[in-house]
Amino acid sequence: MFVLDALNYASDWLDGSLAFRWSCRMGVCGSCGALVNGTPRLTCAAPIPETGEKVVIEPLHNFPVQKDLVVDIGDFMEKLGRVEPWIIRERERALEEGEYLQKPEQLQRYEQFGACINCMLCYAACPVFAADREFIGPAAAALGYRYNLDSRDEGAKERLDLLTRDAGAFDCTFVGECSTVCPKNVDPALALQRIKIDAALTSLKSITRRGK
Amino acid sequence: MVEKFSHDIAIVGAGAAGLRAAIAAATFSDKLSIGLLSKVYPMRSHTVSAEGGTAAVLKDYDSMDLHALDTIKGSDYLADQDAVELFVREAPSEVIQLEHWGCPWSREEGGKLAARAFGGMSVKRTLFAADKTGFHLLHTLLQHSLKYPSIVRYDEWFVLSLAVEGGAVKGLVALDLRTSELAFVSASAVIVATGGAGRIYQFTTNGVIKTGDGMAIAYRAGVPLKDMEFVQFHPTALPGTGILITEASRGEGGYLKNKDGERFLSRYTPEKMELGPRDILSRALVQEIREGRGFEGPFGAYLLLDLRHLGEEVIDSRLPFVRELALNYAKIDPVNEPIPVRPAQHYTMGGIHTDVNGRTPLPGVYSCGEAACVTINGANRLGSNSLSECLVFGRRAGQDAASFALSRREKGHNPGGDRPVSSKQYVSLAEEGMNSLLKKEGGQERLAEIREGLQSLMETKVGIFRESKGLREALREIRELKGRLLSAKVDDRGRTFNMELVHAFELDFMLDVAEAVAHSALTREESRGAHFRTDFPRRDDTSFLVHQLSYHTPQGPRLEKLAVNLTRWQPTERKY
Repeated sequence: MFVLDALNYASDWLDGSLAFRWSCRMGVCGSCGALVNGTPRLTCAAPIPETGEKVVIEPLHNFPVQKDLVVDIGDFMEKLGRVEPWIIRERERALEEGEYLQKPEQLQRYEQFGACINCMLCYAACPVFAADREFIGPAAAALGYRYNLDSRDEGAKERLDLLTRDAGAFDCTFVGECSTVCPKNVDPALALQRIKIDAALTSLKSITRRGK
Repeated sequence: MVEKFSHDIAIVGAGAAGLRAAIAAATFSDKLSIGLLSKVYPMRSHTVSAEGGTAAVLKDYDSMDLHALDTIKGSDYLADQDAVELFVREAPSEVIQLEHWGCPWSREEGGKLAARAFGGMSVKRTLFAADKTGFHLLHTLLQHSLKYPSIVRYDEWFVLSLAVEGGAVKGLVALDLRTSELAFVSASAVIVATGGAGRIYQFTTNGVIKTGDGMAIAYRAGVPLKDMEFVQFHPTALPGTGILITEASRGEGGYLKNKDGERFLSRYTPEKMELGPRDILSRALVQEIREGRGFEGPFGAYLLLDLRHLGEEVIDSRLPFVRELALNYAKIDPVNEPIPVRPAQHYTMGGIHTDVNGRTPLPGVYSCGEAACVTINGANRLGSNSLSECLVFGRRAGQDAASFALSRREKGHNPGGDRPVSSKQYVSLAEEGMNSLLKKEGGQERLAEIREGLQSLMETKVGIFRESKGLREALREIRELKGRLLSAKVDDRGRTFNMELVHAFELDFMLDVAEAVAHSALTREESRGAHFRTDFPRRDDTSFLVHQLSYHTPQGPRLEKLAVNLTRWQPTERKY
């Protein structure tokens, strides 16, 4: 029995006005996040202890609550788009030319950062986002970084700029809570640190080039 | 004051088919304004749960004819062969398109797309992104769609009805879940891409959102539903929850075993074994259980899916999600233990009647994806053809709707078409329906009681095995449930995220869809593909090599027959 089962029991048989989001109940649609005993969890994957202890369920922190467990994710959706999460190229390849070759090890470079299900547990856990809602945040940064690592993409420079603008990656203080709570083993904290390094190297390069 | 919105094209549903249609329309012309409405945020759409892969001919050893033949044979010869031929020709470029847009397909050593074996496919032609192919396709499509400012999203908007005037669609009525306000969205073309109706069954791999909304909306607007009796049961779902364990686990070499440790499929699909088609395999599992060779568990009888011989490395690289699901939801590590499995409803082969351009008989109304029935799937869909179908026919519907909407503009119509004089009427009709729920005094039954009643009768009487008596009972009971829904109880009288209101509308849609399924199942007095009648156990090409179209009437479905399009492949006995 999972927390989601309990929520469904309550809304089906006790109080139909209880509002919460869910769909796949298999940990991949990302809609059922909530705080379970204070920790951000997918309710479909959070077991109810068989010992019968009380379980406290709250809406995800750091988002405006619309009703019960339903929080407003409009701002998160806007941030996803802000990092230009699509392949950027000088010249688009024609369909007739077939696929880009991408070796398994090239896929592996970005694969984990592409496993994010947009459940926003990382935003609920992030102390920087709690203090400043403008902060780009872990999931959006990891997504931008995923495209930067993709061998098919040529937009890294443009995206690094977007990722490090005001309230960007440099605001991250590397607490690492985002990676701890991620139900899909994505490491957004690592993505944020690497973005900082990549951005620093890029600006260093442009300074030294200017110096020559 | 009812809010009014206007687009050239309104797309209902933002899974793979809806998003692909939206991108196709946006790239067709940047003059077009596209409204994309979904009752959930796009990345929650059920495409996300598709695991195994996407079929397309991309390897030298494969051929278009072979993919076509596999699909047609899989369909038990009910697929329209012209549609299948077109589908197999266009699937490869769609897979490449998704690759160019960034989909993280799994690769061969040299960097080309990797292909795996799948049920009913005679060669390895299923392209995949580990065992999260649907998840990656959906996110790639959503992320790519963000490039196009002409795609305007209405996330968490629930569409209630289509507005039809003068024999053409004029728009739709939708409910904004945040406020329960109704809005009229006018559009020259409406594309219905709301997916299937798996939730009319008790045991289903489908997410809770799969309630057949778009099918019911189109049906009520006068568009026929086609071949609704064909419901796919997937052989391997976790008992209790119905969580899908992908066919890719058998494509990668997994075994199905009974209580005696026997690979029992040798008695059902001796040539293909675990890679037989889903309809035959699901019946085989039920047969094994009936003959006492299943295991008994807390959630009923089950069989075993054994992956142990594949080894940890293969499981982790090719089937990581299967391992995660088995660990989380069955407390089983497939590296060390076989996974308990049983059949569960998985896919709705039937759906909104369309041609290969997604057009329905009602001008301006289109459909694609699982909501639609073109039909390339006929009586039984082959695994991994559905994601390709979403892409191929999503694009075709998007392009055709775009060209239709542009020509409407050129003829001097306003962008988004003309607001019909009846728009107020449509909205007030919806308002009435909503108020009758929100303002009702008393009320008796809980919605869940009626929903569970439906799911359990569909499971027992319109399931894997069917017969006349049960189907007649099912139809009578569905009509009773419709009556009971009218006097159901609603706790939530509020307007903010009133999910109970949405569930009441969904249940109303589910009952209409379920009625069409049971009715078509009763009239098809033969066994073909996923439709097995114990009282008519043979296929009957003389009387039933036809599609059945269901038209909505207040008394229940009215049926018409439609010939199957055969091009080069004559029906023969189907053996694996």
